[in-house]
Amino acid sequence: MATAAARETAGSQAYDVPDGAGDTTDTTGYERAFDAAVAADERIEPRDWMPDAYRATLVRQIAQHAHSEIIGMQPEANWITRAPSLRRKAILMAKVQDEAGHGLYLYSAAETLGVSRDELLDKLHSGRQKYSSIFNYPTLTWADVGAIGWLVDGAAITNQVPLCRCSYGPYARAMVRICKEESFHQRQGYELLLALSRGTPEQHAMAQDAVDRWWWPSLMMFGPPDDESQHSAQSMAWKIKRHSNDELRQRFVDICVPQAASLGLTLPDPDLKWNEERGHYDFGPIDWTEFWDVLKGNGPCNEQRLTRRRQAHEEGAWVREAAAAHAAKHSNGETGATRA
Amino acid sequence: MTHTDWPLWEVFVRSRRGLSHTHAGSLHAPDAELALRNARDLYTRRGEGVSIWVVPSSSITASSPDEKDPFFEPAADKPYRHPTFYEIPEGVQHL
Repeated sequence: MATAAARETAGSQAYDVPDGAGDTTDTTGYERAFDAAVAADERIEPRDWMPDAYRATLVRQIAQHAHSEIIGMQPEANWITRAPSLRRKAILMAKVQDEAGHGLYLYSAAETLGVSRDELLDKLHSGRQKYSSIFNYPTLTWADVGAIGWLVDGAAITNQVPLCRCSYGPYARAMVRICKEESFHQRQGYELLLALSRGTPEQHAMAQDAVDRWWWPSLMMFGPPDDESQHSAQSMAWKIKRHSNDELRQRFVDICVPQAASLGLTLPDPDLKWNEERGHYDFGPIDWTEFWDVLKGNGPCNEQRLTRRRQAHEEGAWVREAAAAHAAKHSNGETGATRA
Repeated sequence: MTHTDWPLWEVFVRSRRGLSHTHAGSLHAPDAELALRNARDLYTRRGEGVSIWVVPSSSITASSPDEKDPFFEPAADKPYRHPTFYEIPEGVQHL
């Protein structure tokens, strides 16, 4: 019998994909093994046979996730030079560095599926692959750094915790690492907002304004409603996704309402109220036209974010070339570390 | 746009003395020295390690998932390799 233990591979790289993957020639045995592994809640590992559509879905989702982490560095980096204290500045720099790290974990996971890093970056730069539309909103004040940590990272955590049990091993392992680190992101944001909320009336107003602007875009991060989400059903069947968009969105709202009260801030939704019967908070309708519009590229910062990303990549070209030249020059020497 | 195609490295981290190095993930770097530095920045930002190995991914030889059944079969029919295979009378101690 096929067992989970035998599926483990040494590296995380997809060294090669078995011949015939995706062909019609006798894939039924492979397919049965794949279906059985998913049904038994085992993990699929890079060198296992998997349906082409499963592979394509994962590449699309993991790449989009990686791009989001990298683009997500920009709105917050915008405030590093203007952080109000050395403490806040050090925290913000560490957070932005984490986002870069999260992007790298995820690009590595995507590469195990047989795509190259360059290919993924090209697709981001040319707009052929998307990133989360939340990062196309501007960070207008210092309080936005707090609102992003509390709400945007909070929504991300709600989305990501179930992904730690995703059926694809490398993606699940990257998410475990990311979720551990996100907790600091969310708490620093909450603490920042709390300091402002308890500060002068102007500071309190600034915190409230930031929450007012970030609340609805954060709810949109969970994606379209279940009946309009084109990939959801298949992803749930493959156990890539464990909960529906609407289910996760509701979970997030339920978590945030008491947290907002503790902050001394309000959430900008007049329909928000406890529903005894459902055991959840009811909330108002989401403006999906705005969501689709931002996704299509018409958000306040789409152009700016991509331009900056391409520019950073081009400006780093000489560093990559110099390092490659240096490595080539010294390639006669030893490679690899000394055993320690 | 330039493509440099830095090789892929597998990163192994010893979390503390007395434990083995464990696979942490992978990264791209032009050479071993930069792979080590990148691994430090990527996988030990919170003191997760006291020692790092980096290995070119292309140097790893892995068993094939397709042949796993015959490959591991020799171990499957030897239950006498496990201590629970043996019947020992009730009350015998330290065994």
